[in-house]
Amino acid sequence: MGTIVFFYFASVIVVTAALVVALRSPVFSALALLVMFFHVAGLFVTLHAEFLAVIQILVYAGAILVLYLFVVMLLNLKGEVHFHHQLTVGLFLGCMVFAEAVLLVLKGESSLQASLSTPKEPAQLMQGNTESIGELLYSTYLFPFEIASLILLVAMVGAVILTKKGILEAKG
Amino acid sequence: METVLIRLGLTLSQIVVVMVAVLLTVAALTLLERKVLGWMQDRMGPMEVGPYGILQPVADGLKLFFKEDIIPAGANKFMFSMAPVLSLVPALIGFAVIPFGPDWTVDVGGVNFKPFVITDINIGVLYILAFASIGAYGIILGGWSSNSKYSLLGGLRSAAQLISYELNVGLSIVGVLLLSSSLSLVTITNAQAGGFWNWYFFGGGGFPQALAFIVFIISAVAETNRTPFDLPEAESELVAGFFTEYSGMRFAFFFLAEYGNMILVSCVATVLFFGGWHPPYPGTLMEYIGMGHLLWIEGIMWFVLKVAFFLFFFFWIRATLPRLRYDQLMRFGWKVLLPIALANIVVTSIVAFLFPGS
Repeated sequence: MGTIVFFYFASVIVVTAALVVALRSPVFSALALLVMFFHVAGLFVTLHAEFLAVIQILVYAGAILVLYLFVVMLLNLKGEVHFHHQLTVGLFLGCMVFAEAVLLVLKGESSLQASLSTPKEPAQLMQGNTESIGELLYSTYLFPFEIASLILLVAMVGAVILTKKGILEAKG
Repeated sequence: METVLIRLGLTLSQIVVVMVAVLLTVAALTLLERKVLGWMQDRMGPMEVGPYGILQPVADGLKLFFKEDIIPAGANKFMFSMAPVLSLVPALIGFAVIPFGPDWTVDVGGVNFKPFVITDINIGVLYILAFASIGAYGIILGGWSSNSKYSLLGGLRSAAQLISYELNVGLSIVGVLLLSSSLSLVTITNAQAGGFWNWYFFGGGGFPQALAFIVFIISAVAETNRTPFDLPEAESELVAGFFTEYSGMRFAFFFLAEYGNMILVSCVATVLFFGGWHPPYPGTLMEYIGMGHLLWIEGIMWFVLKVAFFLFFFFWIRATLPRLRYDQLMRFGWKVLLPIALANIVVTSIVAFLFPGS
């Protein structure tokens, strides 16, 4: 049962992710991305990470993608506009990832299983995963967490300066 | 296998009961809104259909059902049909985590069953916020796919408004979450038992969340696109905004979504700030007169009463306040409500840290 559910989510994620880059109309691309976000959230739920699942929908689907749609609608992009100039880069990256996957399979499941298939089956899950994520963020992963917030702050300052630029110059 | 079937049957029947209740409330609200507005403007409101006009919702529903379904030329058919659904589903799905009555667990054929909440997930508040944010898609796509300038402008305005005010809704309830240290609506309700002074609005848990509630209710009105924040559908500028081109049942879906959202927001306000189903006095009257097994009637009655008050509040401000201008709306959201919400979080967390569990 669990495997069927996983393969459903995984296959929809792969198909919609391909559609995001393959579809001509940017609005339909965005919608494919929306479907993908929901299925990634579904995967999180099957892993008992409800908090991550809801945050996935709230942040990516609810905020970021809405902003993206907003821009697409404002620019009123038509289907004819192409951005497909990254064929060489795409081929290169695709080959690399494919080679990695092949290598992993060839090296046998022994090393892979040792590293992947024993998720620390949740002693902390008892207290609910919202609490455990909070604790981890503010203890073990405090440094990366603060770095991330610093980067966001830089982006915010950048946005403010970009919008204020014209006003400041006009004032002399 | 049997337990799975029993659980499925129980949950489905719960969903049916809640959906029917919500849709009936929507039908009643369409009439009540016109009646209340009428009374406030010294008119009678609808009087023609049925005695005192009480059959008006039925007539409206029939009319919408039999109206021609028009898809404008040049519209994107797929998106045009999807948009109303995308806007209605998030409005209805949120009711799954609202506790309507006492937190009882009944044993039905070996299945633990909570009769007064469809599902008590431990992230209920985030669940509601997440699906409220999905509601924006229906409006944006409806506006975009109609191939009409009014619709597009309405959709754009609505998207900007939703994103801005969603943030305030999220931040204004953080205070309550801090005090109850839970994201589950059932736990939050239970923490407010025993009289109105324990409700978070009046200072249950240590620090009154009155300011947070004001930010919440203003932002909630903005998120449901109601007057005075109804710029996305401002009839004097944009005909009807994002649903200008819609007719028949598709229009009805948008209409249902707006009213469904109003009810949902009222329920959330009741649960988070006004103690959910708890009566404003300690204990319950049913227990005093020795009928403790009937206390759920009293609980649901109080819940309905509080929700009804907020719904009346929605009509009240619609009759009172004029529409904001677009720049006023943005300035108010970002420069007034957001700082208040942030300040409330800082003060509440200091109080919660200094006096834990008071």
